[in-house]
Amino acid sequence: MSSIKTTYHALLAKWHTLTGHKLFWPVFMAAGLVFCIAVDTFDFVDLYLQLILIYVGINIILTVSLNLINGYMGEFSVGHAGFMAVGAYVASLLTVHVCPAGAQNLFFPLAILTGGIGAALVGFLVAIPSFKTRGDYLAIVTLAFCMIVKSILENIDAVGGPRGLLGMEKLTTLPWVFFWTALSVWVIRNLVYSNFGRGVLSIREDEIASDLMSVNTRQVKIIAFIVSSFFAGIAGGLFAHALQFINPRMFDILKSTDILIMVYLGGIGSISGSIIGAVIYTILLEVLRPMGIWRMVLMPLMLVLLMIYRPRGIMGMKEARMFTPLRDLVTEKLWRQKKKEATDATP
Amino acid sequence: MPLLEISKVMHRFEGLCAVSDFNLILKPHELIGIIGPNGAGKTTVFNLITGVYRATEGSIKLQGKELVGLTPHQITRLGIARTFQNIRLFKELSVLDNVRIAYYGQIAYTPAEALLHIGRFRAEEKRITNQALDLLAIFKLDESANEKAKNLPYGLQRRLEIARALATEPTLLLLDEPAAGMNPNEIMQLMDFIRWIRKTFSVTIILIEHQMRLVMGICERLVVLDFGATIAQGLPALIQANPKVMEAYLGQEVAS
Amino acid sequence: MAYIFQQALNALQLGSIYALIALGYTMVYGILTMINFAHGDLFMVGAFFCFLIAVYLKLSFVPTLLLSMLGVACLGVVIERFAYKPLRSAPRVSAIITALGVGLFLENFTLALSPYPKHIPQLLENITWTIGSLSISSLQIIVIALSLVLMFILDFIVHHTKAGMAMRAISWDKTIVPLMGVSVNKIISLTFAIGTGLGGAAGVMYGLAYPVIDPYMGIMVGWKAFICAVVGGIGNVRGAMIGGFILGAVEIMVAAFFPSTYRDVVAFTLLLILLIVRPYGILGKPQPQKV
Repeated sequence: MSSIKTTYHALLAKWHTLTGHKLFWPVFMAAGLVFCIAVDTFDFVDLYLQLILIYVGINIILTVSLNLINGYMGEFSVGHAGFMAVGAYVASLLTVHVCPAGAQNLFFPLAILTGGIGAALVGFLVAIPSFKTRGDYLAIVTLAFCMIVKSILENIDAVGGPRGLLGMEKLTTLPWVFFWTALSVWVIRNLVYSNFGRGVLSIREDEIASDLMSVNTRQVKIIAFIVSSFFAGIAGGLFAHALQFINPRMFDILKSTDILIMVYLGGIGSISGSIIGAVIYTILLEVLRPMGIWRMVLMPLMLVLLMIYRPRGIMGMKEARMFTPLRDLVTEKLWRQKKKEATDATP
Repeated sequence: MPLLEISKVMHRFEGLCAVSDFNLILKPHELIGIIGPNGAGKTTVFNLITGVYRATEGSIKLQGKELVGLTPHQITRLGIARTFQNIRLFKELSVLDNVRIAYYGQIAYTPAEALLHIGRFRAEEKRITNQALDLLAIFKLDESANEKAKNLPYGLQRRLEIARALATEPTLLLLDEPAAGMNPNEIMQLMDFIRWIRKTFSVTIILIEHQMRLVMGICERLVVLDFGATIAQGLPALIQANPKVMEAYLGQEVAS
Repeated sequence: MAYIFQQALNALQLGSIYALIALGYTMVYGILTMINFAHGDLFMVGAFFCFLIAVYLKLSFVPTLLLSMLGVACLGVVIERFAYKPLRSAPRVSAIITALGVGLFLENFTLALSPYPKHIPQLLENITWTIGSLSISSLQIIVIALSLVLMFILDFIVHHTKAGMAMRAISWDKTIVPLMGVSVNKIISLTFAIGTGLGGAAGVMYGLAYPVIDPYMGIMVGWKAFICAVVGGIGNVRGAMIGGFILGAVEIMVAAFFPSTYRDVVAFTLLLILLIVRPYGILGKPQPQKV
């Protein structure tokens, strides 16, 4: 038994040295992108599998962005689908009505970006009530917001009303999803390991103490909500151009619940957790599809069991070493070295 | 110019007057104490100074600048830091992070630079990590830099709270019952510790305490509160002999 | 004029149902600080029990109502014992996610067993009285009256019995209460039984008023009732009743004067504004933060 453990630790150490290398991430990302472009051009992977991978990517973006608010900041936002809706509709309206025909492939990233910005503006609005209210009352605000967005979309005929929008080209390809997923994970990870990220964590731990330790909690909350909703909007735009059809019912409270489940399944306050949660949830749902309606009976049951035995999720508040920046460890190591040299020098 | 000028401060909670007519003039580098029975309003005074509560009436000036109406983080950035009666560390965060958060107000990079890890980001992060570790080393906490704050023993947690407060580079330090839960030996060490902090960090200190040994030992001046009102102010020796104070409260120890 | 009275009556009916459901949320929240998101689905189960009992046991109204309430209450206690009890010391949000999971389970389990919407047979003779241009149906009167009776009984239990006192005590301090000789588990089970039982009753009455039922009917109603509980001040029993009636009134009034598709938008926007003006709900008090 112990030999298995020692081999595990040896392998883990090798893995850490590999991922700790300065060039690991650039090479890995480049390889991934090349692979996705190849798959997209030559179709040597089943189209159905490609679609699954696209959904996995979209769900990763949604989960990581929601984790920022719910996991790291400790709030309870149930309105994420609303931000996704804004991004989806804005991006779709742009490619369908504004973009000149034929230029759609070039226009696509711009449309997605605009969708994200639109969602971010709305996220700013939702951030404002968060200054005064917390906890369950903020949950209501986000819930009401989500329902209001859905209702407003249902009432505007220009965007299709309850029937929805169609006519989007299948612009969402595997390489694009890879790009946006990698970007969102990278940016959110950067934020978490900066003073704003520490600010977010301190708000979760103790908001009043945080304020008293010089943290501008309003600024932190605004940044968190804007970044979170921006990427939800990006995911929405990608989603719309994968499905080629959207309607308000797709972005209701059930969708928000789905994203919530992925966050808590993977683990709150953990980027690797969000990735794991999104991957497991999306793939499991597909794998269990032959079960028909019974898969939606089994999944929640498994979720309940998971919560009972691991309430914080699979990676709850722990982070995979490969996502933590080296910088901190290096600075600390250098500091200790200098300290040792100083104490050695003085007899 | 006095460091801190509190005049005619009154604070009401839903009809209950928590603090009435509080006045204080503090000179730089003084070490004074606020004492009084439980519920007298001592922590309320701290909350009023640091902006957690907004004074119903009166003015609080730090080096001439009016503090009433400012938010807590603005007041902290002007140079006031505090610790808490019940330790309020960021429990799930590491010791190092607890201190680094206190540097929030001094960080020179923008959110955009943080999101992309460009520009001044790396240099600033290196700077505050080193500063935080230096500070922890002074408080002999650097060995546990990566421990979660909740795993530290109680005494070290109190020390960390003080270190965290000093990271904000304050001119005025408010300590709320720093001796809570300590035995007489530890209290002697704490007295030296507080004197040392005042000298090393060049701060003015206001102390709330119940432990008379500590208060009489290091405070240069005392303010006595009872039911929100100031019943006496002055030198410790005079306060000890003050019949009003003895009547309200002098703990179990009557100095002989 | 008569139109307004008519709508007022509709509002009271809808409001009573919302209030009954909101009460269930608020009771559980008050005791455990937990949002039981499965509550809306228990309401749905109540309607389905009513269907099963009415169709297969062919009982009359009162036994059907009582049996359905009992069935839902038992289910609520079982859910609490197996899914929520293990999470009493876990972070609150984990308990909430578990509740969401339980809710999803109930919805889809019911859907798996009953893929098509069901129609509840008429259990009560519906007499309509017309006064001028105003028409009142006996069903409306019964729903409103019954809801008020149940709410009155609940208020009595919470404020005038020993068990109710224990419930209120637990909501203030869970650790001390067992030291006073009160079995916390028993009181919590009782709270769940009463809260979910009321939800079940609401399900029965909803089923009688709007006889076509489907497994997803609990979702929207559940979230709306949750909003009612918060608007009234979550944890406050009387607040939940007020919240329920306010939402009922707002929904009916909005539908009466605006196009029906605007109903949800306006209703939620008004509630949002109310929460912004009174962030802790109408009867709620902010938890005093000791600094």
